[in-house]
Amino acid sequence: MARRTPLHSAHLAASARMVEFAGFEMPVQYEGIVEEHSAVRQRAGIFDVSHMGEIVLEGPRALQAAQRLVTNDLTKCTDGQAQYAALCNDRGGVIDDVIVYRFSPRRLFICVNASGREKDFEWMRSHAGADTDVLQQSDDWAQVAVQGPRAPGIVDALSEPRVIDLPYYHFREATVAGVRGCIVARTGYTGEDGFEIFCPSDGARPVWDAIVAAGVKPCGLGARDSLRLEVAYRLYGNDMDEEHTPLEAGLGWIVKLDKPGGFVGAEALRKQKADGLKRKLVGFKVAGKGIARHGYPVRPPGVEKHVGEVTSGTMSPTLKEAIGLAYVPTDMSREGSPFEIEIRDRPVAAQVVKTPFVTKEAQKKP
Amino acid sequence: MADYPDSLKYTKEHEWSRISGKTAVVGITEFAKDQLGDVVYLELPELGAQVTRGQPFGVVESTKAVSELFAPLSGKVTKVNQELVDAPEGINDSPHEKGWMIEIEISQPDEVGQLLSAAQYKELLAAQES
Repeated sequence: MARRTPLHSAHLAASARMVEFAGFEMPVQYEGIVEEHSAVRQRAGIFDVSHMGEIVLEGPRALQAAQRLVTNDLTKCTDGQAQYAALCNDRGGVIDDVIVYRFSPRRLFICVNASGREKDFEWMRSHAGADTDVLQQSDDWAQVAVQGPRAPGIVDALSEPRVIDLPYYHFREATVAGVRGCIVARTGYTGEDGFEIFCPSDGARPVWDAIVAAGVKPCGLGARDSLRLEVAYRLYGNDMDEEHTPLEAGLGWIVKLDKPGGFVGAEALRKQKADGLKRKLVGFKVAGKGIARHGYPVRPPGVEKHVGEVTSGTMSPTLKEAIGLAYVPTDMSREGSPFEIEIRDRPVAAQVVKTPFVTKEAQKKP
Repeated sequence: MADYPDSLKYTKEHEWSRISGKTAVVGITEFAKDQLGDVVYLELPELGAQVTRGQPFGVVESTKAVSELFAPLSGKVTKVNQELVDAPEGINDSPHEKGWMIEIEISQPDEVGQLLSAAQYKELLAAQES
């Protein structure tokens, strides 16, 4: 049976439509995906993301242990700062994408995907080394994301100490809506300003209720997916997995091949970089009719041969165009390159475009 | 429960038909619309195409899902709601009126008897919800 988050009763009370996602019963929408999507772009929305997991590394050499686990360089991160990174297997394939919150060199708090709660924990335990404790805290924490132009002011007003001064990807411990021991981070998965708040599981409901009472719209996983795709944020399991490397997924900026001490998968990634990438994840727009979805085959124009596949696709609520991400051979990956997507056995024209699909500037145009 | 007019006939695949003489106007029901969520894309057959009862005649997509449309009756497509193809959100606003999709010239009149009345359709929905 699917697990429930501490906010399950709040979703039912708000008549959410619930679906199973990564073993959790989650709200996919409340009133409608497009309406929720627009609320986040124009005002503010709140998402229950308590299905995400939390794993803590502790010990005198926790930072060194973390450095071996993730692709990014945590020595470039100060205490109180967070960093996006990947965990890779020794072939360079992505085990998970994570955010690491550096409390100190002795304590690192790692937010993992729901599908990584157990998998990442076991993997970290077997790779962290004897003098670092790997703590499973996924059930101890709930998490809400408050996103949109009005989100920062609303969260700030409920937080003690204040959090409005936090720069992007920085965090602070705070009391939120009377709930002590929350972690408030200036991060998100929507392309909007806002915060992600980790709160002790039994404090989730007061935090949620206070933010909703301040006029923030409850939003489901449907809007979360269309918002993230408009800014081309990758979704683990769709856009990357253990068979695709972060370099292929366009995440070269979080792969620090030259950091001292190296990391698991570095050797394979260094070789892949030296040999040149054979395929790349690109953003595309559908030029013809239809919406491309996960798993649809990609082929060169006029050639009946599958050379890649769509990993994410939707109708962009902001642009009102069909957008998506797809793996294509490197020689088809340049901006403007045409290709075809098989939508229900019919080839439909598409074109590689620059990402993010939606920028602040584009939204301001009439 | 939403309003399911007696003037329409229904299928268990959640299409409605408004039958007048030898023609039927076809769309999807309020229930189908609610299940789909926001409709963002619609694909309908060409004018003059033949459709067969129980077979797909088009596709409707919401922000999240793709669903096939099943013909409630067999016949020739005599009208296509091009306005709806251009602005499929009409289905969200009024599935039983503005959301009409195609008109069919009925070729197998005996199929009409197999469609559900509003009362039968409401019973079907009640059974699904319980």
